[in-house]
Amino acid sequence: MTAPTTQPTVVIRPAGRRVGLDLREIWEHRELLFFLAWRDVKVRYKQTVLGALWAVLQPLVTMVIFTLVFSRMAHVPSNGIPYPLFSYAALLPWTYFANAVTASGTSVVGSSQLITKVYFPRLIIPGAAVLAGLVDFAIAFLLLVGLMIYYGTPVHVAILLLPVLVVATTILALGVGTWTAAMNVKYRDFRHALPFAIQLWMFATPVIYPTSLVPAQWRWLLTLNPLTGLIESFRAALFGSPIPWSALGVGVAITCAIMLYAAYTFRRMERGFADVI
Amino acid sequence: MPTSSDGTPVITARGLGKAYVLGGRTAAYATLRETLVESLKHPGRLFRDERGETLWALRDVSFDVAPGEVLGIIGPNGAGKSTLLKILARITEPTTGEVRLFGRVGSLLEVGTGFHPELTGRENVYLSGAILGMRRKEIARKFDAIAAFAEVERFLDTPVKRYSSGMYLRLAFAVAAHLEPEILVVDEVLAVGDAAFQKKCLGKMGDVAQEGRTVLFVSHNMAAVEALCSRCLLLAGGEVRAEGKPADVVGEYLATLAESRSGRRDLAEHPGRRRGASPWMREVTLLGESGVATDQTRAGGPLDVRVTFDTAGPRVSPVLGVVVKTAQGMPLFGINNRLVRGFEFPADVARGTITCRFADLPLMPGTYFLDLYLGDARGDHDTITDAVSFDVLPADLFGTGQLPPASAGPMIHPATWTLEAADGD
Repeated sequence: MTAPTTQPTVVIRPAGRRVGLDLREIWEHRELLFFLAWRDVKVRYKQTVLGALWAVLQPLVTMVIFTLVFSRMAHVPSNGIPYPLFSYAALLPWTYFANAVTASGTSVVGSSQLITKVYFPRLIIPGAAVLAGLVDFAIAFLLLVGLMIYYGTPVHVAILLLPVLVVATTILALGVGTWTAAMNVKYRDFRHALPFAIQLWMFATPVIYPTSLVPAQWRWLLTLNPLTGLIESFRAALFGSPIPWSALGVGVAITCAIMLYAAYTFRRMERGFADVI
Repeated sequence: MPTSSDGTPVITARGLGKAYVLGGRTAAYATLRETLVESLKHPGRLFRDERGETLWALRDVSFDVAPGEVLGIIGPNGAGKSTLLKILARITEPTTGEVRLFGRVGSLLEVGTGFHPELTGRENVYLSGAILGMRRKEIARKFDAIAAFAEVERFLDTPVKRYSSGMYLRLAFAVAAHLEPEILVVDEVLAVGDAAFQKKCLGKMGDVAQEGRTVLFVSHNMAAVEALCSRCLLLAGGEVRAEGKPADVVGEYLATLAESRSGRRDLAEHPGRRRGASPWMREVTLLGESGVATDQTRAGGPLDVRVTFDTAGPRVSPVLGVVVKTAQGMPLFGINNRLVRGFEFPADVARGTITCRFADLPLMPGTYFLDLYLGDARGDHDTITDAVSFDVLPADLFGTGQLPPASAGPMIHPATWTLEAADGD
């Protein structure tokens, strides 16, 4: 019990146009972030027969189909790496990204019950959705390790870059997901556009094909997609090919820009969430 | 305003207002298509908030709360109680004004916030506790007390979807009851559960107050308000109507409830007012047989419709139109004072009262609504649909102890008969 001080703990007033990110407040609610992520993980595979196997199944089946269609039938090159390994190494971060964006993009609308009843920094909601996706990523990563052992792929020092790439992918997913989540509250169109946009995004990312397949004069365009640098670096770090530093640099820079823009947009729009949702 | 001995309130609210936009895009979620179509009609407006009609759910509300005080907030539905709590709980932000809170705020706007049916009782205690603002350590420390209070120790590892509704409520309330914020904001939580559980909740609320924490408590349960609160605030129409000792304020509230049966209706903020109408009409009073305000008359009885108005400027020859409708909304008849010779009023009136007298209302027993139109010679300026309702009671209109059957329609009209018997031979 603290005695009332002269400084108010909280001042509630119309915020006007000025918004801050208020990261300190989010830090104070970090336990809630983990609790919500833990809930998502816990609930996701309840009452399923296969359970966490679903986390592996999705990229695995996609890999098998891609191998049949693009490697066997369309003869897409894979830079000398076995195509299953080549595509799985990209499908792993891609699936994580796509699922995290989908989950966080719909998370705020799905939490209307909470938003109209209790206050906490709303950024926690899409944040927890992305964090929960990380668990699936970790499970699916085990299969990658298995594949690499099976194909006898040597491990390089560059593999130390992986955690950095995972963090960057997480930030990108958080940025895109957060922005989508905020827009989705006001314009429910985003719910319909999201799966479609994600699908298109995959084809604009070197998941099925290597960047080297794209004509040199168009590669800069592909690089503007921040996932290009991240996913190509992901492969390079695993298979010991040279890291595409410039593409990675552009990707990380764009990722940070998206995250900042999304966070400010979200903070600006969240004040109206309870009235609109 | 009462404050603590040292004169420092823990909550100060100044000039709080909350406007909701009706009919504009902020009222409901929009789709891109609507936005795009709108922007084609009005180029340059895409993604900008279009201002529709604004409704002030809360207007210029100011109050202080001293530490340890239990402030009850009462009022009719739509008075702005929930809006006020939502602002204090930081769920929605005020349009005007400011609140200063000195201390950690916990809000309890429903029982079971954040509960997930698939998770076990134990898991839900942690989850809900975290959502309500408790730290993990704090929950762990209080866990046994929570489980004991809820009396669900044996089912802690069962998913709450298998709980009975009573167990669910007990557990949910137990988590909330163990929140220890300095300021607790509570809405209608006691409206759930059986009588025994309500009693337990009331007891717990009393304990919270005893511990010297500040509580804001919204309820329709007047007995609970009188029992728990040290001060009370009456909200109506988004404004503070009364403030003081619970017994006094509750008494005043109950009196206003009775007044709403008196046939008097404030028109200044009427929801039935047509968009864009000038709010000229201020109040309507219905007067029955003996000239007293009432919302009841008898079949075939008299009814006076007395409308107080203020044009706030323009001097006009006022015209009052009254349309009588059934409870289902079917208009039965309507009349205004320009339709009848001899009732045209002088053209220099800005404010006053017009009384429209129906000497013998030809209505069958039932409930009826009035639409009111106020204007001048050129047209209507103020229009209110379903401005006020009244009941028609059965009466022995024809001295036979009988009225026509309801199936004959809502109106009743005396008639005379003649018979010219034709001799058969």
